[in-house]
Amino acid sequence: MAKQYETVIGLEVHVELATKTKIFCGCSTAFGGAPNTHTCPVCTGMPGSLPVLNKQVVNYAAAVGLATNCTITQYCKFDRKNYFYPDNPQNYQISQLYLPICRDGHVDIETAAGKKSVGIHEIHMEEDAGKLIHDEWEDCSLVDYNRSGVPLIEIVSEPDMCSAEEVIAYLEKLRMIIQYLGASDCKLNEGSMRADVNLSVREVGASEYGTRTEMKNLNSFRAITHAIERERERQIDLLESGQQVVQETRRWDDAKEYSYAMRSKEDAQDYRYFPDPDLVPVYISDEWLQQIRDSQPEFREEKMERYRKEFDIPEYDIGIITDSKRLADLFEETVAICGQPKKVSNWLMGETLRLLKEKGMDPEEILFSPEHLAKLIQLVDSKAINSTVAKEVFEAMFAGNVDPEQYVEEKGLKTVNDEDTLRTTIAEVIASNPQSVEDYRNGKEKAIGFLVGQTMKAMKGKADPASVNRILKELL
Amino acid sequence: MDILEYSAVELSAAIREGKVTATDAMEAVLARIDAREKDINAYVTVDREQALRAAASVQEKIEKGELTGPLAGVPVAVKDNMCTEGMLTTCSSKILENFVPTFSAEAVVNLGKAGAVIIGKTNMDEFAMGSTTETSAYGVTRNPWNTAHVPGGSSGGSAAAVAAGECFFALGSDTGGSIRQPASFCGVVGLKPTYGTVSRYGLIAYGSSLDQIGPLTKNVTDCAAVLELIASHDTKDSTSVRREDTDFTSALVDDVRGMKIGIPRDYLGDGIDAEVKEAVLAAAKVLEEKGAVVEEFDLSLVEYAIPAYYTIAAAEASSNLERFDGVKYGYRTSSYEGLHNMYKKTRSEGFGAEVKRRIMLGSFVLSSGYYDAYYLKALKVKAMIKKAFDDAFARYDLILGPVAPTTAPRLEESLSDPLKMYLGDIYTISVNLAGLPGISVPCGKDTKGLPIGLQMIADSFQEKKLIQAAYTYEKMKGGVENGKAI
Repeated sequence: MAKQYETVIGLEVHVELATKTKIFCGCSTAFGGAPNTHTCPVCTGMPGSLPVLNKQVVNYAAAVGLATNCTITQYCKFDRKNYFYPDNPQNYQISQLYLPICRDGHVDIETAAGKKSVGIHEIHMEEDAGKLIHDEWEDCSLVDYNRSGVPLIEIVSEPDMCSAEEVIAYLEKLRMIIQYLGASDCKLNEGSMRADVNLSVREVGASEYGTRTEMKNLNSFRAITHAIERERERQIDLLESGQQVVQETRRWDDAKEYSYAMRSKEDAQDYRYFPDPDLVPVYISDEWLQQIRDSQPEFREEKMERYRKEFDIPEYDIGIITDSKRLADLFEETVAICGQPKKVSNWLMGETLRLLKEKGMDPEEILFSPEHLAKLIQLVDSKAINSTVAKEVFEAMFAGNVDPEQYVEEKGLKTVNDEDTLRTTIAEVIASNPQSVEDYRNGKEKAIGFLVGQTMKAMKGKADPASVNRILKELL
Repeated sequence: MDILEYSAVELSAAIREGKVTATDAMEAVLARIDAREKDINAYVTVDREQALRAAASVQEKIEKGELTGPLAGVPVAVKDNMCTEGMLTTCSSKILENFVPTFSAEAVVNLGKAGAVIIGKTNMDEFAMGSTTETSAYGVTRNPWNTAHVPGGSSGGSAAAVAAGECFFALGSDTGGSIRQPASFCGVVGLKPTYGTVSRYGLIAYGSSLDQIGPLTKNVTDCAAVLELIASHDTKDSTSVRREDTDFTSALVDDVRGMKIGIPRDYLGDGIDAEVKEAVLAAAKVLEEKGAVVEEFDLSLVEYAIPAYYTIAAAEASSNLERFDGVKYGYRTSSYEGLHNMYKKTRSEGFGAEVKRRIMLGSFVLSSGYYDAYYLKALKVKAMIKKAFDDAFARYDLILGPVAPTTAPRLEESLSDPLKMYLGDIYTISVNLAGLPGISVPCGKDTKGLPIGLQMIADSFQEKKLIQAAYTYEKMKGGVENGKAI
């Protein structure tokens, strides 16, 4: 390839907000539910129904805007975006075009290529659509309006990114901010965070942007990475062979690792946006804005700074624990009960992350409570259980938030510290393993390990290994 | 006394006093409907059994003292663009020919709570688009005073039903004059409240920023009582206003001394019928004799109201009517190939010509490249019109003028020339653009025997001034021949 190309990427990120009720009616936003059970006249577009704004949507949207250094539009409006499709019961979506709630922000990212600031053009509030289900057996389509009216924000970035790595860093940063705010769980695989990638290429040094395409249906960081790489190649190939890139929307097929054109700019609809006359403009007073500002949580950088001062744990631990607000909250709440930050951190970084990874779960899905984790640490400290048993207890806690004390009691896992019982058992082990005993006495130190193991086995793991060692040496 | 000669408030009093029952009243109304409907066609739906059942139940509650309000037991007609739970609601359109709502409009709920009994749903111009009730998919409604003439519109069914004694009062909706103009043509009282006074929840929208529900009644007293009942703050309607001053009946005072009334010269110029002008000026004279200070002034901008209105209302309508697509409810074409063909055929077959005209007009003014030139400009005109009224109300308590340039035209005269029909809205439309309250009161008849209406307009939230002046005028004129129309 003679020419050098650079990639220009901008993102449109949709985030489903964590409100209990929908944006314009009182219906539940809960996931699942039988089709059309979380619906009412408003979110099914019945004649005569009217939307009423859920204020919490404004709180969340403005909070995300503040956290991404945006200017908040204190007098903002909702507009109707008109298009016909059955997932949209009114045939218009209530969104924001002319006066979006947030504008002109940025987030800072860091990749191997260095630090960078990614601009945010705007953030606007809008409603989600219903879901169409195509029944090929009956040759018909059905529509479920449970998602219709679920609140979304759309975060539109500037075309400031130039690699998949930067895109992922940007998305991870957004996700962390939004999760810290509690505004959304931001799950790409469940669609509570959706990213559309606008990408163009141009020769290095060119002043004009190339023609861009918009890529949809990207449900994981992996898909985003692959789609960006493939689209960059596709566009360069077109240009190299003397063809033009067509401005169009493309859909990513993750199984085939390939994208295809959905619609070109020529087919683009005229959405006939205009201010929704059923909704009054939203006026965010200085007081309201201050309230939102005051209730902003401590974000990761501030939290890391505080941890360095408050807790005696390594920088490495601080980085991992604050990576998720859920982990950080668990850490602080547990330390508040039992102290010993390093031990708490070990449980979170070790067993917790291991099990999360193994089960493909997010920290948000952790079930065990800080009270129970603290109890477990105390059980180990007091030598009531040994570390092997502790891991077993922890797995039970992880699976179902069981009370460790109760669990240990019920399963009879308490360490046996009764000297007589131990001595009797060890004597039996010595008697039935003459070979190992002889090896040990002949100077093979390692043989004692086998005897300890046999003793633990006979004690069903409930012995304190240190005591077993001591008594064994004594008797031998 | 013939039961049908009672006004709504009188009827309820008679029922509460035990002189007649709610069932008697409903039976009388149903008998009148049987006698008159084939000539007038005021109703799309009359639900006899339900109406009689409801009347009996209300009668029981009145006897037990559970219902004591001034409209308890009174049969009412509701315009067919207000949702009524379990009762067909068509907007006089084929596209909603089978639509039965799952909830009632807030105004209808308020009627029910007060013990008014719904007779049925009145005919209208399709989706309230029209000034004659001729664009209905369910036949034209005729003027009870002369069935060769239209009753006006779009609330023509409601106005005709009140005038013909086919109900004791009715609800209508007014987007550009749709209560006041048919009230004027049918010789009844009609009031369009300040925007936000009556909840729009359950009113099937035409032009959302202009639509208001209001009463059509036999006299001003009924009008005040009905308004008092339906005016309520509703959290289901974001544009609903919380008002503390909804004791409208307290304004039924026979006195206009010191009241300053302005008559816009612009309302008495070209195009107004001489008999209408004469009647309106005579009415002004009556109020002057009662002590009001009346003078003429220049309101300005009057000629811009019609283009601004048809731009804004059509724009909103084009979007509001998108939901009628054959997917979820209402009419769906019988044969189609694929989704887009279904949309196209359903809407082509389901909507009438006037509705299609306004959908096209509205889609055009909102389309990319035209939005600024038409829609935004119309919004600016709207703001300037409001300003012109603000200036006027700095000087006057009320503005007085005609409701329409003429009395009711003959059937079929208007539809052939829609632009001319639109021009007939010239005196009513700016009131909607400015969100103001306006009332239409009968002020005589022309030589053909057709009623003439007097319009009075007040500043926002000043309905009491309207009611007081209208009541004073009505007292002076000795009332109108309501419920006695042939």
